[in-house]
Amino acid sequence: MAAMVRLLGETDGIIAEIYDKKNDAEAARLIEYSNAVKIQSWFRATRVRSYLKHTNRCATAIQRRWRGFLGRRFFRILLKNTVFIMKLNHYNAMACKVQKVWRGYYVRKYVFNYYSRKRYLEALQVKNEIIRSELSEYAEQQEATRKREEEKKEMEHRKMEARRHHYLVSTEVMPGIYNSPFLPYPTETEYLLRNVRPLSHKTSKKRGAEFDPAWVKYNSQIPKTLPPLSALPQGPFRDPAVVQKQRYKPFQPSLRVSTDFYSLEKARQKLKDAEWVTRINDSTFQPFTHRSVPYEPLLHSTSRYGHLPYGTKYYREEFLDKHVFSQNFKTLVPPIPIFSKLNDTYSQGQV
Amino acid sequence: MSRQVLQVFEQYQKSRTQFVQTVAELASRPQNIETLQNAGVMSLLRPLLLDIVPTIQQTAALALGRLANYNDDLAEAVVRGDILPQLVYSLAEQNRFYKKAAAFVLRAVAKHSPQLAQSVVDCGALDALVICLEEFDPGVKESAAWALGYIARHNAELAQAVVDAGAVPLLVLCIQEPEMSLKRIAASALSDICKHSPELAQTVVDAGAIAHLAQMILNPDAKLKRQVFSALSQIAKHSVDLAEMVVEAEIFPAVLTCLKDPDEYVKKNVATLIREIAKHTPELAQLIVNAGGVAAVVDYVGESKGNVRLPGIMMLGYVAAHSENLAMAVIVSKGVVQLAIALSEEHEDHIQAAAAWALGQIGRHTPEHAKAVAVANVLPKLLQCYLRADVSEDLQTKSKKALKNILQKCVHLPALEPLLHDAPPNILKHVVGQFSKVLPHDSKARRLFVTSGGLKKIQEIKAEPGSALAEYINTINNCYPEEIVKYYSPGYSDALLERVEQYAPKV
Repeated sequence: MAAMVRLLGETDGIIAEIYDKKNDAEAARLIEYSNAVKIQSWFRATRVRSYLKHTNRCATAIQRRWRGFLGRRFFRILLKNTVFIMKLNHYNAMACKVQKVWRGYYVRKYVFNYYSRKRYLEALQVKNEIIRSELSEYAEQQEATRKREEEKKEMEHRKMEARRHHYLVSTEVMPGIYNSPFLPYPTETEYLLRNVRPLSHKTSKKRGAEFDPAWVKYNSQIPKTLPPLSALPQGPFRDPAVVQKQRYKPFQPSLRVSTDFYSLEKARQKLKDAEWVTRINDSTFQPFTHRSVPYEPLLHSTSRYGHLPYGTKYYREEFLDKHVFSQNFKTLVPPIPIFSKLNDTYSQGQV
Repeated sequence: MSRQVLQVFEQYQKSRTQFVQTVAELASRPQNIETLQNAGVMSLLRPLLLDIVPTIQQTAALALGRLANYNDDLAEAVVRGDILPQLVYSLAEQNRFYKKAAAFVLRAVAKHSPQLAQSVVDCGALDALVICLEEFDPGVKESAAWALGYIARHNAELAQAVVDAGAVPLLVLCIQEPEMSLKRIAASALSDICKHSPELAQTVVDAGAIAHLAQMILNPDAKLKRQVFSALSQIAKHSVDLAEMVVEAEIFPAVLTCLKDPDEYVKKNVATLIREIAKHTPELAQLIVNAGGVAAVVDYVGESKGNVRLPGIMMLGYVAAHSENLAMAVIVSKGVVQLAIALSEEHEDHIQAAAAWALGQIGRHTPEHAKAVAVANVLPKLLQCYLRADVSEDLQTKSKKALKNILQKCVHLPALEPLLHDAPPNILKHVVGQFSKVLPHDSKARRLFVTSGGLKKIQEIKAEPGSALAEYINTINNCYPEEIVKYYSPGYSDALLERVEQYAPKV
């Protein structure tokens, strides 16, 4: 028990010691803790840093590889392009050369060919000369025609004037105003007056209509279309064009119809009139003594071999069977068809 | 009794007739028109247009036409008096004399201004006139065609209205009629329609007008030929296609003969036609050249005077402008000489301007061309045109351009030398430039240049340092030894004398 008591007595020290120790520990704890943290942080930082360094190194390696790969790929493309451009330029230059040579050749040969152009210009000059001469010829011709026409008109005019003033012509007894007795010879107008007919005062009778059996003059206008039919025509009809043609068929008279019935007489009359104009005297002059004309026998009736008996001795054949043969007469040419149809040629359409 | 009654009517009718006839008679003299207008003739004539007697109607229409023909005030009075609808209405029904008179009134109204023509169109005259073109009587057709032509002449819309009324095929039919005056007027109407736009011209071409017009080229009637050529040139002027259509009618050697026609207007219209064809393409110009057209036109330019010459001059310019080959063709056809003569002979600025332009077109291609132009002594004349005091702006620019074009190609120094003395600086620049191009390569020319006094002149030019002119002068000076250049410099004698003074003789 004593032990116990001693022990118990001693416990105070122990407790105090424990207490002190605990206080010391408490006091040192913060420092120790921070020291531990420092140590730990250092260690951990070192570890992380080494890891990071490791990962960085790895990434660099990867990037290095990848970039190298990309770069090589890009370089290859670049190279290809450069070569392509180089080639293209080269080919273009070559093409230029070919084109240059060809174009030069072509232009010299065909476009700016000196000789052909010279030839062309020479030909053109010739052509120009031709055209010039032709044109001047044409102009001259035109001028001449115009002049001739003017002269003609002038002449007509003068003639007409002369006819109008024909009463100024001089007569046998009285010299006209253009025929001055003091001049050696009459003026030109006098000759003109002598040569023209005076204007007659008689008005020309209006002549009757010319013979025109075909009525060509009176042909009226042919309408383009037929007149309209009344409503609802029936039945099959011929083609309108055919009807039109038939309806306006030109009138073609036969020769007999289109010839004037008195044409012969008219022609005779015309001839007679013409003769009368040229004849000087209507009642032909008859000499009062007849010249004796020696008898001239007809050639027909005279012959060295005597008279022809036919017509003087006899009028009929003496030998009736002179030309009679036993064979029938045969025609050598075929008959003319139009003559064989002589009596039935006139159809109803053709009058 | 009834006779007495009828006598009154008869008398009334007689006096109406007399009145209308007198008015129509009076209206044909210009000095009476004022008085007639002041007397209120319009309002009196209007009821007479509706008279029951046809003679009175048509005489009234004739009188109205004469009045409206006189000036646009009276034409406007006709429009304002609402007379046109009556006329148009009666155009369809009346006899041919009345139709003629009515068409005459419409024509007289339409001719003054586009507004009046529009008012004629607005009252529906076109359809009635087109119907008149189908009439049998040539006189009616003629006056209808005339009225249509006057309406179409003003502007493209009116011409389009005429085309839309279907007048073109009928006008083409009218050309084929035997009457000369009808042909003339139909051709003139077609020309008036064609002149506004390619579409209208195409319409006329589609109606087959070209073949019929081309047939009449050799017609002896001069007035018809005028209209025919005018119509063809109005068709050809619009486009290459139309010009080719005209050429395809085989007009070519035939029209050249008409350049020798005694009638001035025929000549002018033919030259216009050739010009309108030649201006489109080198091929067409070549065709004309190959047909000998250039020679004919050159002759024509030589023979005619004044405004008639103008289309020929322009034609030569157009042909030469296309290519150097064609320009050479103009040169060998002796075109330059005629153009030079025209340039110096003519007094009107616009013709001179055309000649200057044509010469510029000829000379601008190669040195050979420029030489051909320069040898004809054209450059001093062009310079004169450029420098004249009373010159128009157009001629000034044209002659300057021509001078520049020719000078830039010209290496023919004898022709350039005179220009050194009297050209203004802006022209002198080109002249000296040409010298500076030639002299370094040609020893003979260098010698000539000194002996003819050109070098001296060059030294006298005051050029601003740094300008193109100064550069050219420098190039020329470099071709010669320094002493010669100094010798010809102004003030050299003074410098020599000074040296004499300063010289100290060694005794």
